[in-house]
Amino acid sequence: MVDQYNEGLAVTRPIHIDYPQAVPASYFIDPSACLHLKHGTCKICEPVCRSHAIDFSQQPVERDLHVGAVIMAPGFGKVPDEALAKYGYGKHPDVVTSIEFERLLNPSGPFKGEVRCISDKRHPHKIAFIQCVGSRDIGCDNGYCSSVCCMYAIKEAMVAKEHDPDCEITIFYMDMRTQGKDFDAARIRAEEQFGIKFVRARVADVMPWGKQLKLTYSTLAGGHHFEPFDMVVLSIGLDAPKSAGELAKIADFELNKYDFCKTGSFAPLQTTRPGVFVAGAFQGPKDIPESVTQSSAAAGIASAMIKLQRGAGVVHKAYPDEQAVAEEDEVRIGVFVCRCGINISGTVDVPAVVDSAGHMENVVFFSDSLYSCSQDAQEVIKDKIKKHRLNRIVMAACSPRTHEPLFQETLKDAGLNRSLFEMVNIRDQCSWVHANEPEEATNKSRDLVRMGVAKARLIRPLPEQTVPVTPQALIIGGGVAGLTAAENLANQGFQCHLVEKQEKLGGHALRTQETILGENTSAMLQELISRVEKHEKIEVLTGAELVAVNGFVGNFSSVVKTSRGKNENEVTIDHGVIIIATGGREHRPDLYLLGQAKKVVTQQELESQLAGKAKDRAPDSVVMIQCAGSRGEDLKYCSKICCNAAVKNALKIKEINPASQVIVLYRDMRTYGYAEDAYQLAREKGVVFIPYEVDRKPRVEKKGNRVNVNFFDPILQEDVSIAPELIALSVGIVPEDTDSLSKLLKIPVNENKFYLEAHVKLRPVELAVAGVYVCGLAHSPKPLDEIIVQAQAAAAKASMPLVKGYVAVEPIVSVIDKEMCIGCGICSSRCPSFAISMGGFTREQIGAQIKAFGEI
Amino acid sequence: MVVGGGVAGVQAALDLTELGYYVYLVEKSAAVGGAMAQLDKTFPTNDCSL
Repeated sequence: MVDQYNEGLAVTRPIHIDYPQAVPASYFIDPSACLHLKHGTCKICEPVCRSHAIDFSQQPVERDLHVGAVIMAPGFGKVPDEALAKYGYGKHPDVVTSIEFERLLNPSGPFKGEVRCISDKRHPHKIAFIQCVGSRDIGCDNGYCSSVCCMYAIKEAMVAKEHDPDCEITIFYMDMRTQGKDFDAARIRAEEQFGIKFVRARVADVMPWGKQLKLTYSTLAGGHHFEPFDMVVLSIGLDAPKSAGELAKIADFELNKYDFCKTGSFAPLQTTRPGVFVAGAFQGPKDIPESVTQSSAAAGIASAMIKLQRGAGVVHKAYPDEQAVAEEDEVRIGVFVCRCGINISGTVDVPAVVDSAGHMENVVFFSDSLYSCSQDAQEVIKDKIKKHRLNRIVMAACSPRTHEPLFQETLKDAGLNRSLFEMVNIRDQCSWVHANEPEEATNKSRDLVRMGVAKARLIRPLPEQTVPVTPQALIIGGGVAGLTAAENLANQGFQCHLVEKQEKLGGHALRTQETILGENTSAMLQELISRVEKHEKIEVLTGAELVAVNGFVGNFSSVVKTSRGKNENEVTIDHGVIIIATGGREHRPDLYLLGQAKKVVTQQELESQLAGKAKDRAPDSVVMIQCAGSRGEDLKYCSKICCNAAVKNALKIKEINPASQVIVLYRDMRTYGYAEDAYQLAREKGVVFIPYEVDRKPRVEKKGNRVNVNFFDPILQEDVSIAPELIALSVGIVPEDTDSLSKLLKIPVNENKFYLEAHVKLRPVELAVAGVYVCGLAHSPKPLDEIIVQAQAAAAKASMPLVKGYVAVEPIVSVIDKEMCIGCGICSSRCPSFAISMGGFTREQIGAQIKAFGEI
Repeated sequence: MVVGGGVAGVQAALDLTELGYYVYLVEKSAAVGGAMAQLDKTFPTNDCSL
């Protein structure tokens, strides 16, 4: 039968497991292919299975579950094949979808990670990616933008280039929407380092051309072009999940016009039914980090709603007693070498590495495994620990950054202290970087294993320590992000201290009037502020600044300075976690005569003007210039919100003054997600969108009273000069000062001064320092709905140690050799964490002396 | 109850357990993981999707 996991590009058996690391790692019978379930015949598997695991008498069971909240996360569906047919999909085998291409790139895929044409298995020399297939596509009723395809196409193109550097890759696109954090940098890398070609063109047709496929495409300048390729990849969008209608009916909530879940910008995860929440792509097409963020946020909101049920029915995982490993005990090391499918074994001679371990002193067990991270491999490791009385484990596999905790958990399950584990990374450091030198990669793997074993001989068990947590939170920044985070934490039952530098709460959002969907931002903000100010669990400190932070996760002690006029006051707050929500503001570039000519304003200034009462607030002619100072000049990045702001203001102008001529000069219109509808509407209303190239930017010049905009029109193929009544610049977002706080808390920022998260994909709101979380514009520029979700997610993550009531402290801590210590006190005075205390001369004692001195 | 065992559903379920709740995770297919389990590497860290 065809293998659905491999997108039908391979075959599998009716009884199978999708991939070795599947959880649960149990084989299953596919009812659509089983002869017995379909025709009542066969049943050969039943007696053959030696474990007697097959029981055809099992029937589906209906169960009634009583739950306090429901989170809908059914994901996304596939764009119908009909939408792909116009590019020859289904007719020509070498026209593949992006997810099929993903499987071709994968070492566990149909050709073991080699990219080959489906038709005759040759390696393709020229590959074309066609963007916007099945989204931004009115033909299949998917008007929205799927938000992820531009970036995954770039990723797939770069990985394909790594596989075969001689392969020529062209991406045909309408707008490159790489608006995510640091995504533009990847696009530039793809072009400059990898030589991937980007062509702004619509592909009209894909036809067979001998063994190849011929693409017909037209460019903005009106030219028609033909070009042959060996393989065509369709960057398909994310459709609504197939089960959307059924789920909505069962759980009684509404869908939007595209059959995704209906929500609003101010409560993005709340469905139309109270108690039912949504997370992930079903809320609207999105990438992995945004999905993971929404999941944490939904968990936090549900938690606040059902907090009285906390702990009900919960079973805590029990570990066996830890086996004592004394200094004088015999060292018995087990070495496991992971093949990672062919990820490692394709380059490194794994059996040779395993063999080499066998000759090392103290190594009593050594073996390889196909995927060490799979569930059954954990069972094997546990089993070998017991059978061979292993008391040290060396794992040669992938990165400890992602996998060390998993193996340490296995050690704990087997009764070993988790410190008795050493991991060496023979994937990144051997098979990946030395992919073309297998012998050297194998030698280096042997070296790494030998070094790991040498270290393992000397490792000792370290006691697990926990310390209690102060169940309070400090939130820095009183904008939408900080307010939302504080409200969620307080609703979960935790005391919050909200610190805002300004006299007034609200932050950057105070300057916006409404969202691109027309929702009233200022009313929402006022309600949020009032709820926070009234909340009994939230202490609001305005005109306040954080001046010192001591301690660590669970036990921070911070000094906050408040000033009212000349009165300054310092308070010390004990808290367990910190949420950073210091926000951002509009950038003011020294470009296009901003600040020099009255007619030149920012989008935010234009928005305020349009919200006013003046009769001539919507001028008769407006030119908007996108990316003014962004994506390369002052700011290297895309600010994600400016295209929406331009479309929003353009529509408002047209609403007030339909005759107004509005021209938007842009590089890529990035109205991702449902904002694409507004972009479409703006074009229907007559707003003119004209792209410009980065080496041919518009110019603005003063001519007497007039301000001229000169630009190149790619359709007319000539220079145009106009003198509009108003010029609006889309200027981007910069973070509020992150320097002092990042130094105070010792957390890193990226090159653009935004806080750097712990893991871009999987830990998007956590920072490198435990117990410190980030949300809002301080993390990266983003629209209001994403800020709200991120703040809810940060609150959910921050509440975890508070709920637990304790945190595990890293077992690697210093000890003092009492025979050597002379009690000089230098370490105590220098220790930034106040971890060392001296017997005498305590702060309290000295403080008491000084106080007593001042008493008379 | 969390409906769907892709990366969003799994993360929501894990976070709820961390927050002290008993969770039912409902998944249609034989294993959790969803679409992410089909991906090769994830951008930009090249980490394994599984």
